[in-house]
Amino acid sequence: MEQSESPAPCVSRLALFLTFSRITLSGFGGVMFWARRGLVERQRWLTDKEFVDLLTLGQLLPGPNVLNLTVMVGYRFAGWTGAAVSVAGFLGWPCLVVIGMGVLYQHYGALPQVQQALAGMSTVAAGLLLATVVKLVLVLPRGWRPWLFGLLAFGGVGVMRWPLLWVMGALAPFAVAAAWKEQE
Amino acid sequence: MERLDLGALFVHFLALWFVAVGGPSTILPDIHRYVVEVNQLMTSTQFAEIYTLAQVAPGPNVMYVTLIGWQLAGWAGAAATTIPLLVPATTLTLLVGHLNERYPNASIGRAIRRGLTPITIGLMFASATILMRAVNHDWRGYLITLLTVALVLRKPWNPLWLLAGGALAGILGLV
Repeated sequence: MEQSESPAPCVSRLALFLTFSRITLSGFGGVMFWARRGLVERQRWLTDKEFVDLLTLGQLLPGPNVLNLTVMVGYRFAGWTGAAVSVAGFLGWPCLVVIGMGVLYQHYGALPQVQQALAGMSTVAAGLLLATVVKLVLVLPRGWRPWLFGLLAFGGVGVMRWPLLWVMGALAPFAVAAAWKEQE
Repeated sequence: MERLDLGALFVHFLALWFVAVGGPSTILPDIHRYVVEVNQLMTSTQFAEIYTLAQVAPGPNVMYVTLIGWQLAGWAGAAATTIPLLVPATTLTLLVGHLNERYPNASIGRAIRRGLTPITIGLMFASATILMRAVNHDWRGYLITLLTVALVLRKPWNPLWLLAGGALAGILGLV
């Protein structure tokens, strides 16, 4: 484990690029853990509370929450170009890696051994997603509201296979209004 | 395979990203619907395999979107599915980030989050069922999926080990 640098009031664009590159390339099986380690522990650009606040905000907004966090951190320290270099570091390398995998898949994906390994891994990948769902369900607030909207979203998109835009357009306003009323 | 309209693909992904509250697994069912069911550009199994490959790669889980574009139309396809991802992140995120710094305790933000979380979970469950139906052909597949769930909930292991175990199970002919 390397020593973290002294607190940097002004963060260079190169440092942003390198830090987000490092975070994303360490992130096998999820980047959240590495984002916290990189931004809070190593670089000390954010406190723990700032990190959680930005991440929560990132979760509220559309898109991957860590990408939203990346944009906000880059912008905070170095404006538009800071946001751009941070995103370039964060998404550029994984893009190249998955495209490399795509090339291999197109060449070797049909081999029986590769097919078998991929089938086994896909079965596990489905389980990983399902486990995330279970974890989230366990911390849902009590009451009928979350279950109603969760089941309607699942039924509309997963069972009826309706377009997501219609389902979100129909459900989201009622879901937010119901949560709003509950809050009062 | 039908001919692919890259412009339509770009617009579809752009629209999806604006409602992708809760992250990239919430739009998986609709990407599957668009790519596999409506336009029949790849099989359901290919879709699931591509999703899995991207989970093995370093970086955010969203990269499956890039790989689907690549599989459909090379670099241009990858660009058509990946660039839309940046649009809400650079517009909405910065706008709301500003508002949030000015009004840190606005309760509308809390209501939006509390209201949309159950929808997010429902959509992620839909994603998981679509992947399971695509890859599991008999009870052994479902057993391994459920075993994965149990292990994730009980052990703090890196998911890569579980994926490696799945690959091994596949090679040994258990799936």
